[in-house]
Amino acid sequence: MTTLLNLSLAEARDALAKGEFTAVELTTAHIKAIEARRDLNAFIVETPDLALDAAKASDQRRKAGPAGAMDGLPIGIKDLFCTEGVQTTAASHILEGFKPPYESTVSARLKAAGAVSLGKLNLDEFAMGSSNKTSYFGAAINPWKKASDPAARLVPGGSSGGSAAAVAARMVMAATGTDTGGSIRQPAAFCGITGIKPTYGRCSRWGIVAFASSLDQAGPMARTVRDCAIMLGSMAGHDPKDSTSVNMAVPDFEKALSGDIRGLKIGIPKEYRPVGLSEEVAKVWDQGIEWLKAAGATPVEITLPHTKYALPTYYIIAPAECSSNLARYDGLRFGLRVPGKTLDEMYRKTRAAGFGSEVRRRILIGTYVLSAGYYDAYYAKAQKVRRLIAEDFRKAFETVDVILTPTAPTPAFGLDENTDDPVTMWLNDVFTIPTSLAGLPGLSLPAGLSADGLPLGLQLIGRPFDEETVFRVAGVMESAANFTAKPEGV
Amino acid sequence: MAYIIQGDTGDWEVVIGLEVHAQVISKAKLFSGAATDFGAEPNSQVSFVDAGFPGMLPVINEVCVAQAVKTGLGLKAKINLTSVFARKNYFYADLPQGYQISQYDLPIVGEGELILDLPDGSTRTVGIERLHLEQDAGKSIHDMHPSKSFIDLNRSGVALMEIVSKPDLRSPEEAGLYLAKLRSILRYLGTCDGNMQEGSMRCDANVSVRPVGSTELRTRCEIKNVNSIRFVQQAIEYEARRHIDVYEGGGTIDQETRLFDSAKGETRSMRSKEHAHDYRYFPDPDLLPLVIDRAMVEAIKAQLPELPDEKKARFMADYGLNAYDAGVLVAEKASAEFFETVARGRDAKAACNWVMGDFFAALNASGRTIEDPPVSAADLGALIDLIKDGTLSGRLAKDVFALMVETGKAPAVLVEEKGLRQVTDTGAIEAAVDAVIKANPDKVQQVRDGKTTLLGWFVGQVMKATQGKANPAMVNEMLSRKVLG
Repeated sequence: MTTLLNLSLAEARDALAKGEFTAVELTTAHIKAIEARRDLNAFIVETPDLALDAAKASDQRRKAGPAGAMDGLPIGIKDLFCTEGVQTTAASHILEGFKPPYESTVSARLKAAGAVSLGKLNLDEFAMGSSNKTSYFGAAINPWKKASDPAARLVPGGSSGGSAAAVAARMVMAATGTDTGGSIRQPAAFCGITGIKPTYGRCSRWGIVAFASSLDQAGPMARTVRDCAIMLGSMAGHDPKDSTSVNMAVPDFEKALSGDIRGLKIGIPKEYRPVGLSEEVAKVWDQGIEWLKAAGATPVEITLPHTKYALPTYYIIAPAECSSNLARYDGLRFGLRVPGKTLDEMYRKTRAAGFGSEVRRRILIGTYVLSAGYYDAYYAKAQKVRRLIAEDFRKAFETVDVILTPTAPTPAFGLDENTDDPVTMWLNDVFTIPTSLAGLPGLSLPAGLSADGLPLGLQLIGRPFDEETVFRVAGVMESAANFTAKPEGV
Repeated sequence: MAYIIQGDTGDWEVVIGLEVHAQVISKAKLFSGAATDFGAEPNSQVSFVDAGFPGMLPVINEVCVAQAVKTGLGLKAKINLTSVFARKNYFYADLPQGYQISQYDLPIVGEGELILDLPDGSTRTVGIERLHLEQDAGKSIHDMHPSKSFIDLNRSGVALMEIVSKPDLRSPEEAGLYLAKLRSILRYLGTCDGNMQEGSMRCDANVSVRPVGSTELRTRCEIKNVNSIRFVQQAIEYEARRHIDVYEGGGTIDQETRLFDSAKGETRSMRSKEHAHDYRYFPDPDLLPLVIDRAMVEAIKAQLPELPDEKKARFMADYGLNAYDAGVLVAEKASAEFFETVARGRDAKAACNWVMGDFFAALNASGRTIEDPPVSAADLGALIDLIKDGTLSGRLAKDVFALMVETGKAPAVLVEEKGLRQVTDTGAIEAAVDAVIKANPDKVQQVRDGKTTLLGWFVGQVMKATQGKANPAMVNEMLSRKVLG
């Protein structure tokens, strides 16, 4: 059974095709793994029965004819994707018990490709957080341990923390994530796995509980670059139900993994090496540059001058959109309702009881920055700065093909760290947020271990809709890094 | 014509701007595929988008965009090829998303104009400030339960055009004419059915006053959701008087939103400026800017129907109608078509007189509509033909028309059945004339002595003797000849 758990999606796909084992066997192995690792609190809802039914159906399909791109492969779904008939909470009390009568486009596409869903994965409430600690259903736990303090429980990152923890702990072969400011890439880095936030517009947002509409984007989280390429192929594509999804052909991402990056120019932004950047993060970054150089690419120093404004810009735009997107959680039609004598009292009581403190904080900030008299100073200005940040990247990509940066400023931290000041927590996303604001594809892959034995990730950023080059470079870097370390208990 | 209100301190005039919410005629809602039929079972026409469910996204309905463009062109307005949808944020139970998708900085239609047809036949041009597309909210029903409100989301997400006039209107009468003309244009275009009772056209009035001669714009109050032209006029009248009383009492008017109580005929405060909502408008990130192809605008323009103003001008030029008659006939497209069917190949003046006179009277009395008239245009035309060819006198024709209304039969059939054909047989008329002359020698003498007005009495007697069928012209001619010699 253990061998089944260590397979990549690509390996399992090929083995299923050869009939080496069945989807039911593969699924059963993962259901057992999930039961064995409930200590990680990676799932909000496990759906083993549905998974076995889906696996049986997959085995039958395979007997009858050609199988789908992900047929019989067990995955997890971040609990931000609406799943028909299966509770969808966004890790919020306000949606507890909500069973959508519809399926998100992305999860529907994965299921249409034959993927087997094992259940709904934990996350920060409404995807707002970088630690998974804001979940109403409790924090998900990182399966990795510090060598110096193996008893300390570490965060898996966020917001897709349950996804990252489950993939790293071999409970699922891959998982969907969503990324608004780094929510796929930072937890991927913290848990030693690979994840890509594709270009904004590549995947449909229809049926994904909205946080910040102009930034939210779904993407795959898996244990290899190839697996991410396979899975993204089954998630992406134009959806007429999402006006911001782009009507472009989805390339065969797996084919992009040529292993050849000779002649590519790799941008190294000088602004991403701030004073005080941890030495081990700087070291793994330098190591990454060397790997790419050795493979025939050329590092080029670039400048992204507006980088320092990215974090404040993001923390105006994302809360502004969230303050409006979350207005629909009013206790009237679905989810939690706390009765009140008047409509306003019901709103107040429902939303006070239903939303956690981080969500409330962002709704307040967002409401403030959109208010009459403040709009121009905050929201309108942030939109201008956002355009400047995108312009920085556009200029950089005139000379380079891909940009390499660290994913996060630190490795995973302890469950009880970074609790005093929300801004410290926000700094986790300092390297991922500019990419989000520019709508560009960004991939994080594990590149080494910290001195304390924790994974460190590097980020590759590509041109709009050029995930192929990102995958190509990531594939080469993955081979060079040869990251074989596994978390405890795997 | 000027509408002057006399106050204690002098004469005042009223300044009015109207915001009309016109429900777009479309099968589906502005951002969802749910149906829009009026009168459906509550909550039976609601998609998950309209109900604000998690993860649902709006997708623009192209038909609604085309309707807005068409309306803009009908108002001779600038079409903005790029416009932006914005969210208007506020909490209410019948607003499931917690925001209304509307347009703010960049509406789909910019400045245009509307021509008022005044009763004296003159016209006045009123500026249109803008037209934008937005979602309607649902409906709250408060009278079904002592402590609960009920919500019907059928209307939630239905497309509205908000059409904003410039503050160019100067009297309640002009406001009424503006609404009537706007409704007429919308109905001609087929972009809104203009039904104020069903709420598919709703009006907010912005009212302020100023001393006659002044050009300042004083603080205005907005009177919300008035649902008939008459109520709009009453509300304006009341509100203008209220402002004058406040100013003349030494007070000031606060900018506020007010409601019109049609039972009491007065307006009252709904919320003051301090309690005005901060709607926190911002561009809707779920929707890209709306970009319209110039070719689409041109295609819509090429298919625009003849609108009331053009039709009126044509009726005056081609049929020789006066401005008032032409204005009345073109107000409804169906009336204009009815008139044209009657007038085709006939004397237009006669057609106009019949349609405007006996026909409209019969239409009103019957309670029927121009689409289902008590007398068809073809039958009315045939009646006019019978007058022209001498079969019927004007007087007989009126009787036949009344029978047409009563029986629905064609005029020729009635003429035959009732034997109403005009008598033009000279011999028969002469016999009747002679009989009357013979029986009244004294009156004949009076006429010959100069009392010629008595001739009319002779005509009456002859008509009476022939049961009204004698050709009146022949009777007149024969009497003059025989009596006066």
